[in-house]
Amino acid sequence: MKLIENSYGSVRNLLAERRINCVKIVDHYLREINKQNTLNSFITLLNDRALKRAELIDHQIRERGLKKLSGLVIAIKDNICVKDVRTTCASRILSNFISPYDATVIHKLESEDAIIIAKTNMDEFAMGSSNETSHFGTVKNPHDTTRVPGGSSGGSAVSVAANLSMAALGSDTGGSIRQPASFCGIVGLKPTYGRVSRFGLVAFASSLDQIGPLTTNVEDCARILEVIAGQDTNDSTCSDSPVPSYVEALQDNMQGLTIGLPIEYFSEHLETEIKTRIDHVIDFLKASGFSVVPISLPHTEYAIADYYIIATAEASSNLERYDGARYGYRSESVQSLDEMYVNSRRQAFGDEVKRRIMLGTYVLSSGYYDAYYRKAQKVRALIKSDFQNAFDRCDCILTPTSPTTAFKIGDKMSDPLDMYLSDIYTVPANLAGIPAISIPVGKDMNDLPIGLQIMGRSFDESTLLKLAFFIERNYSTRDIAR
Amino acid sequence: MNTMYEPVIGLEIHIQLLTNSKLFCHCSTCFGAPQNTQVCPVCLGMPGVLPVLNERAIEFGIRLALATHCSIAERSIFARKNYFYPDLPKGYQISQFEDPLCSNGFIEVNDTESTHRIRITRIHIEEDAGKSIHAEEYVDADQTLIDLNRCGVPLLELVTEPDIRSPQEAYLFLTKLKQLVQYLDICDGNMEQGSLRCDANISIRPLHSKTLGIKTELKNMNSFKGVEKALEFEFNRQVQEIQNGNRIKQVTLMWDDKLNCVVPMRSKEMAHDYRYFPDPDLVPVIIRHSTIDTIQKKLPELPEDKLKRFMEDYKLPQYDAEVLTESKEIADYFEAVAKEIKDYKSVSNWIMGDVLRSLNEGKITINEFAIEPGRLSELLHLIEKKVINLTIAKTLFTKMMSDKRAPSELVTQLGLSQVSDTTEISALIDKILGQHQKEVADYLSGKVKIFGFLVGQIMRESKGRANPQVVNEILKDKLEKQRESNWGCIKS
Repeated sequence: MKLIENSYGSVRNLLAERRINCVKIVDHYLREINKQNTLNSFITLLNDRALKRAELIDHQIRERGLKKLSGLVIAIKDNICVKDVRTTCASRILSNFISPYDATVIHKLESEDAIIIAKTNMDEFAMGSSNETSHFGTVKNPHDTTRVPGGSSGGSAVSVAANLSMAALGSDTGGSIRQPASFCGIVGLKPTYGRVSRFGLVAFASSLDQIGPLTTNVEDCARILEVIAGQDTNDSTCSDSPVPSYVEALQDNMQGLTIGLPIEYFSEHLETEIKTRIDHVIDFLKASGFSVVPISLPHTEYAIADYYIIATAEASSNLERYDGARYGYRSESVQSLDEMYVNSRRQAFGDEVKRRIMLGTYVLSSGYYDAYYRKAQKVRALIKSDFQNAFDRCDCILTPTSPTTAFKIGDKMSDPLDMYLSDIYTVPANLAGIPAISIPVGKDMNDLPIGLQIMGRSFDESTLLKLAFFIERNYSTRDIAR
Repeated sequence: MNTMYEPVIGLEIHIQLLTNSKLFCHCSTCFGAPQNTQVCPVCLGMPGVLPVLNERAIEFGIRLALATHCSIAERSIFARKNYFYPDLPKGYQISQFEDPLCSNGFIEVNDTESTHRIRITRIHIEEDAGKSIHAEEYVDADQTLIDLNRCGVPLLELVTEPDIRSPQEAYLFLTKLKQLVQYLDICDGNMEQGSLRCDANISIRPLHSKTLGIKTELKNMNSFKGVEKALEFEFNRQVQEIQNGNRIKQVTLMWDDKLNCVVPMRSKEMAHDYRYFPDPDLVPVIIRHSTIDTIQKKLPELPEDKLKRFMEDYKLPQYDAEVLTESKEIADYFEAVAKEIKDYKSVSNWIMGDVLRSLNEGKITINEFAIEPGRLSELLHLIEKKVINLTIAKTLFTKMMSDKRAPSELVTQLGLSQVSDTTEISALIDKILGQHQKEVADYLSGKVKIFGFLVGQIMRESKGRANPQVVNEILKDKLEKQRESNWGCIKS
């Protein structure tokens, strides 16, 4: 059996025509996973579970036809809970944790007959931009195995890019879906904050986290978003705003769409090759009749600092529950309650997690709260209003996803600040709560993928997907003079 | 108490709410279930779970705010209070810090002479923690068990201004608050079971001074009386310290109810920085005027209003009305009986006397009392219709506490009904007079007090069933007749 391409759209047609069945599809992916296990993109494989589900869904297709995601083979980032399956967050502290419940997104995917094939590797507790902080080892970029896949959803991105699953779910707190999608040459969407339920997503920074799809193409992304989006009575921060058909919206007319280019995003941080490529896309869009306007997001320079105060503050509190008392890792060598806490956490959290817990604890401490956390909330409001002002002038904002293409494994591990700057273009969307998508728009001289980011108004994922779909269909990535 | 100094006292009270489910999940709040059976991933603090607010708790908070003249915030927010403890699964308690639900209210307490207004700083909503069990019957000395049934149960925390001026006043305040929350039907008010928990802070100052001294905090009091005793102890201790020329240190003290003294907490346990910040998992609580109006309209009758109504509608003396309305349950009990029996004062007497005495002796609440209002009304009916007299009624009352049958049935079965038949009573009297000729003679010679003795003997002979009025009449009649016949003897 040979799948024509790693996309759900094409497989779905084959399923509808009964030219293939789910068991064969799952078999295919399990063999691929077996062949390419050196990439280290998975933490837990769900072979038996996936095959059982495939049999059941084949039966259901015969009885009732296809549901919205029948036969979609999807990998799930290991910070999203699947009932009776290990959910580790790539941390030693949860290395033995079996979730007693399903995340809302899992329930929604499986209700539409998607098949979960594996839990993917990631940066520990989603803290990292390179997938090097995982307790289960570094994930390798399939385009160049000496390089990182990006992070924190590195395993999810690799799973899709290396054709080990049709799609994957990731989570994005400061760029954790978009940056690895960009490094691995695939599509990754961070929805509007509140678009997708966070129930069952192990929290890193609650006011920033969102679950989103990683796919090989925009249409698959739209299909999955359509299923996982929507109100959830288990998540108070999840919006009741109606979910449109994102797939149908792809065909909509885009006449009169204005694209904004923020001057702050084309600064000296940006690699020349990426800048050239983005400019090339912009020229193409102009030529296609879009109006393109320069805009300013004046508080951009504060975004990274702001993010690392808010995200670490929330993380320091969210990670307090890992204390060795009820589940997860507990140190053997303890004489007292304090020692149980200290030893368990010292032994089972990695360096980056510890660094962020300490930062977060510090900024929330009495005497420092006003200077850091409260001020950071004010800056966040300014960043939000930057975007609101910008969207008076344009319908969406186009930027590079990352200032660099995939860097070498080990390159930035000794310099956290340099690592943090990797998210300079992605973090603002999380702070503002707006949706953003990264799509591949070609490669650099090292044959490494370059990602383009489109940001949009809150709950206007349709416009992002439409423009991304247009670029995917019509922009020729080869057509550039080097 | 030392009269050169006065105490300055503030209280911090946790009020456990009677909602059916917990504050942020659907688990039951029922007390006394087997350990760790009323839990779910949310209240266990499993990875990935999120809290969803139980709106009922907000409604309860608004009820207390309305009854204590607090202002209710249009927008209030939940905050995380971070600290590590094994009975706190998330590592933080969801509480309110900045922007609490209610603020700036008061409760008035009355002592014999005057009314004193105690201001309320704030009332906020928070979740309870679980319980750590160190009991030796379950575990080795170095082990602790955790029961998380209580974890996530909604609480209101009420903080007063330091307006309380004596341990007795603290006691009165707590009694008043307990009465209020019971009337509002938001808390069962049971301090022994932990439904009401009180911490106190106290400082002292020379009488008539306006400055505030250094305060200490008192914890671990398990009853209202315990609060009063602990405050008395601590007041005297502080006076002693000052008089010895020492300074008061700002510490937290644990009250030891058995030893009747305070023990300082380890300083390490006090050195908390809770790192409060707004909980990003919850949205602000927005309360509209219309919501407050609706709750106001449905607000149960408050103690003061009930007291007034009892005096007006039932024409009860103030003392009776106060005793009966002290607890809502007793007041309800009274009204249920008063629906059937129109002699309200007699209903009041029965409840204030026999009923309350039985409750005290049995250490039970009115809801656990064996004689329901229906059966008490029936008993009073039997008296009204003169089926039984008061003496029999008391016997019957005692019987009814152990026998759940209707009083009329018991009267028949035990043959307790009153005898008013004159021939029967007449025969009884003749019998007694025959046995007590000396006393009769004494009576006739002018010792009128003997009459009572004779009535007593007759009643006893009838096992209390004889109608005393009839006995009186016939006895008088017979004695007079005897006097006349004696005169006759002398004459002849």
